[in-house]
Order: sequence, then structure tokens, then C-alpha cells
Amino acid sequence: MSILIDKTTKVLVQGLTGKTGTFHTEQALAYHGTQMVGGIHPKKGGETWTGQGGETLPVFASVAEGKQATGADASVVYVPPAGAGAAIIEAIDAEIPLIVCITEGVPVMDMVKVKARLEKSNSRLVGPNCPGILTPDECKIGIMPGNIFSKGSVGVVSRSGTLTYEAVFQTTNEGLGQTTAVGIGGDPVKGTEFIDVLEMFLADDETKSIIMIGEIGGSAEEDAAQFIADEAKKGRAKPVAGFIAGRTAPPGRTMGHAGAVISGGKGGAEDKIEAMRTAGIAIADSPATLGKTLAQRLKA
Amino acid sequence: MNIHEYQAKALLKSFGVSVSDGVPIMKPEEAEAAAKSLPGPVWVVKSQIHAGGRGKGRFKELGADAAGGVRVVKSVEDVVSNASEMLGNTLVTKQTGPAGKQVNRLYIEDGADIARELYLSILVDRTVGQVAFVVSTEGGMDIEAVAEETPEKIINVAIDPIAGITDADVAKLCDGLKLDGAAREDGQTLFPTLYKAFTETDMSLLEVNPLVVLGDGHLRVLDAKVSFDGNAEFRHPDLAELRDLTEEDAKEVEASKYDLAYIALDGDIGCMVNGAGLAMATMDIIKLYGASPANFLDVGGGATTEKVTAAFKIITSDPQVKGILVNIFGGIMRCDVIAEGVVTAVKEVGLQVPLVVRLEGTNVKKGKDIINQSGLNVIAADDLDDAAQKIVKAVKG
Repeated sequence: MSILIDKTTKVLVQGLTGKTGTFHTEQALAYHGTQMVGGIHPKKGGETWTGQGGETLPVFASVAEGKQATGADASVVYVPPAGAGAAIIEAIDAEIPLIVCITEGVPVMDMVKVKARLEKSNSRLVGPNCPGILTPDECKIGIMPGNIFSKGSVGVVSRSGTLTYEAVFQTTNEGLGQTTAVGIGGDPVKGTEFIDVLEMFLADDETKSIIMIGEIGGSAEEDAAQFIADEAKKGRAKPVAGFIAGRTAPPGRTMGHAGAVISGGKGGAEDKIEAMRTAGIAIADSPATLGKTLAQRLKA
Repeated sequence: MNIHEYQAKALLKSFGVSVSDGVPIMKPEEAEAAAKSLPGPVWVVKSQIHAGGRGKGRFKELGADAAGGVRVVKSVEDVVSNASEMLGNTLVTKQTGPAGKQVNRLYIEDGADIARELYLSILVDRTVGQVAFVVSTEGGMDIEAVAEETPEKIINVAIDPIAGITDADVAKLCDGLKLDGAAREDGQTLFPTLYKAFTETDMSLLEVNPLVVLGDGHLRVLDAKVSFDGNAEFRHPDLAELRDLTEEDAKEVEASKYDLAYIALDGDIGCMVNGAGLAMATMDIIKLYGASPANFLDVGGGATTEKVTAAFKIITSDPQVKGILVNIFGGIMRCDVIAEGVVTAVKEVGLQVPLVVRLEGTNVKKGKDIINQSGLNVIAADDLDDAAQKIVKAVKG
């Protein structure tokens, strides 16, 4: 099993006709035939999108129309920042079960509005400002490089795109492989938090171990550590390795990701590392040793 | 983006918020006219820098006995003499770091008759994903210390974005601040107005410390610190003119022209990385091996050769840099693009310090070939650990 997406997942693309949407849709189609079923463009409904390799997809004027025509159960958003919030809300209104927003730079006030709508819906949003989700050999939503993945037993969840790739690459090299990798994104207000994904990994039989990668800012890692400790007491435990980026980040500065900032003395790396260690998570001192740290934890 | 107190007050005033009258000045000669345009008998001369703790701050050049960065005076002559003393000097506060910040602007403000000092801020509470007010009766103090020592004196009111700020929210704020009479009456309009200003201009922080109850019982915003959400700048072209480039590091200003996320630090190993998480992790690992990073730099997912070249030039323009580490895990970013950028930049600006390059991911072989065939003196690394060790060794010998 995997979480969130598998080979049956049918994906609509919001922002398909742009450069980014086109490139990554071609990549997704080429990745074990991910079922990309259509694109959305308010003014280009009825047209056909053609990729560089001659692939074609129907374009619909709205998400609701696209969903009805294709039976899509997921949507990926590549719409530029100014329109990304509205695009997510359109997908929520169309009752798309899984919405993945890749767009970086969405105004936080737009996300506050999205979050309020999300809570009154049955949709799950992953992102924004994230690399997406990938289940090896089955389905790729977003921008993760497919070639570093291998089917296996590790669940990967991360706030950072490139550190997700490090974790995937290293678990592939360790021969462990992955069930699913989920990039939850680097923004302060987002759809899915660590706990949501950890819950799914704990419930998934094929996920035997977990890598969780956090960074400075907020307290989601502390919450996740508490969750892991509480679940372990209930007998739901899986080996977890972790890493926190930003030990050397100066306070008060936003480190690339809108959510990566130590403010008012809160959100520092050491507090997170301490909370995760206390919950029994094996912490890698370097992102280069994520795979090894997990492998050692599995032997212990 | 941060703005100065006087700019923040002018902005709030445009929404109808009650602030003190004042005049910003940039030269000592302007002080007299500024003071005379205000009624007196009390004036406040306030340093305008993008950092808090100005009142308790000290001027580097003036010695320990000199007054701080915010001065209350009782004559036009004193406004003038204090303004001359403060302008151009370096103010060191709790938030500026030991280097301090040069005071290039002052705000000459009408003195207020203060009965009680309160604290108010508005921010985005990321745990609930809502805009929230944080208020306390303990105003005019270091709010972090208040939160640490007496957390029960901090009151948090989150606002439902669909309903907006309600009468119940306003009542909670008034109760929390123990407002009555005219002040409570003022609160009925002040709090919704501040919420409106916050959301309509896409602020990320609005801090009023202190918010005061005046001798006549009315509320007034006595200080204002405002930051805007960088992601929403496209919606507010008018706010861009409030940016004060002298408050920012020159290298950071240059980097922002190319849409590069760059932060200057005080170490000696320059870093160029893709992805914010990996960029932070690269800084961390340099520290782990005993050296210090000179900067944070995320070239982003969609970097072009031009962008990479610009990034490289910014790194090498820092005289502190004694070595450079390029660390790329190509996803969307292709290794060959990075390699070409590095080669172009080195050919243009030369290479005076050791350069370690680690490439992995999309088009890695192509990228490595470009570096190897360039004839440049580049140290190749296999993974991040190896790269960090090699650059630290190259710099420290």
C-alpha cells in the first residue's frame, strides 16, 4: 500500500497550459503512466493540450467540469501566486478529495482564507510551496524527480523539497525504498501538517519506517513528536529517523521558506530536536546521513 | 518588508487610526522647523531604524552616559540639540546586534500625556491558520519577557477570516486590556480598523507597543512596527516606495533584484544551494565541521544561468568569503544549468578562493562534464558530507 495516491489516482492540472504546468505534466505522464486526465483553464475549455512528446490532454473550463468528465479524484495546482488561492478554493468547491498546490509565494492572507474553507470541506490540501507527492512506480503529483525513487518500505514526510530528495535518494541507496514521499511545504499556513501524514504512515501496513524532515519556525515538529510518543504508548510505533534544518539560522530572518523563521525566541532547531529525541526519533546530525541513521535505527 | 515607525503611523492614520502628530526629518537643519510645527510643551525625538528596543538602546559613538534612541524633551532648542547628536550615529539595541544601525532618520513627535501603557500586536497565528490579536496590560515592556514570566497576562484572540472581527472579539480585547469609559468606546472602532489595515495591506506583523490610554481617557497608538508579507507585494505597488534600502545589507538588496533568497551571515564559507531546506542544512553542516557560513543562498527551483551567475558574483563580492561551496540536488533545477552558471561566473569574475561543487539529481552527468571540461580549479565532491569536509579543509588548511 501507499498513502494518498496510487496507480488508480486520476489527476487534473490547474495551470496546465503554463510553462511549469506543461513541463511537469509531461514528466508525470512519463512516470509509470501517472493518470493525468485533464487540464483546467477558464478561457481554453474545449481545447486540447499537447506535450512536447505529442501527448494530449483535454482542457476544461472549470475544475467541476473536469471532475465530472474524467472522474478525477486529485488536482495539482501550478497557478501563479496571485491566482493560486482562488484555484485551490475552486477545487474545494468542486469537492476534489486531494488538492496539491506546488506554487511558491502564495500570500499568507490568501492561505488564511483557503484554510477556513478547507475546514468546512472534505478536501485535503497538501502545500502550498511544496514539491508534491510521489508513490514509486505508480503516481507522481508535483515536481519530485522520479528517477531517485524505488518501491519500498519507508514513508518520507518533509517541509523541504530538496531535503526530501536527499532522504529518498539515500533510502534508495540503502536498499530500503519508499512507500510514499509527501512534501508538506515551507509556508506558515498550509493544508497538511506532519501529524496528518504520520497518522497515515502509521496506519499503512507497508510503511515499516518513517523519515521526517523539519526545519525552524512554528511548532509542528514538537506537535508531531508528541503525537509519535502518544501513539507509541498506544502500541502504534514505527521506527522514525529525523532531521531539522536551520540550527545555524539567525533569529528573526526568514530563511527562504516563508515559514522558516525563528520569531520571539520560538521555533528554534534545538527545541525541535530535543522534542523529537524525547519521542524516540533517531536524529541525523547531517542531512547526508538520513539513510544511514534510519538503517541503524532499524538494526537496533 | 519592514517599514519605519513614522511610515507605519502614516499608513494607520490613512485608515483613520488615532496617532500623535509628528514630522520625519533626515537632516539636523530640519529639526527646528519640525519642532515648531508641533504644539509642545513636550516633544519626543525618536530614532527611525528597523529594530526594536530603541528607547533602551545606546549610541556607539556617544559613550555609556548619553541618552538612548528615544528622547523626551521640553523645548525646541532641546529637540535641535538632540537631533544633531543622534543623526548619523549608530544605535545598538537588543535587536540590532552588536554592530548596531546607523540612524539616518528621526521622527519628531508631539508628546503624549500617558496614563497607562498597553501592548497590542496582530499576526498570523500559524498553529490555527488565522489572524490573531495578542494583547496585554503590560505595555511598554519587552513582551517576550512578559510571555516568559507571566504568560497569564498575554491574551490571544484569533479572528475567523470568514466572519471577520466580531463584537465578541472586540469585547474580549477590551476586557483583556481592562478598558473602560472613553478608551473602551475607542476600542470599538480601533480594533476593527487595525484588523482592516492588517488584512487589506497584507501585513505579516503589526505591533503597537505601547498602545496608551491618555490622561483624557482616550486610546492612542504611540508606537507602531509593521512588516508586510513579501509574497503579497505584487498587490501593493504603492507600498514599495516605503522600502528603505539603507536598512538592508547591500548584498541582500542586489540579490533581491535577481529574486534570489540571500541572507548575509558572518562566517567565511560562501554557499550556493537550491532549496531553502537544503540551503539551511548546508549552513548547519559547515558549522558541524568547524567552520561558519558566510551566507544563506537559495537559488530556487527555476534558476537560469544568468541567475546563477549573479548569485556567484554576490558571493564573491563578500571580502569575508575564503571558500565557496556549491551544493545542488537537482529536481526541477538541472545540474547542467548550475554548472554552466558557475563556469560563466568564474570566467567573468575570476576565482580567488577554493571552490567545492557537489551535484546530484537531474542531469548530474551533464553538469559534472561541464565542470570537468571547463579547466577550472574546482574540487568535486560526492555527497553533502564530503563537500562540507572538503571546503572546510580547503579554507582552514
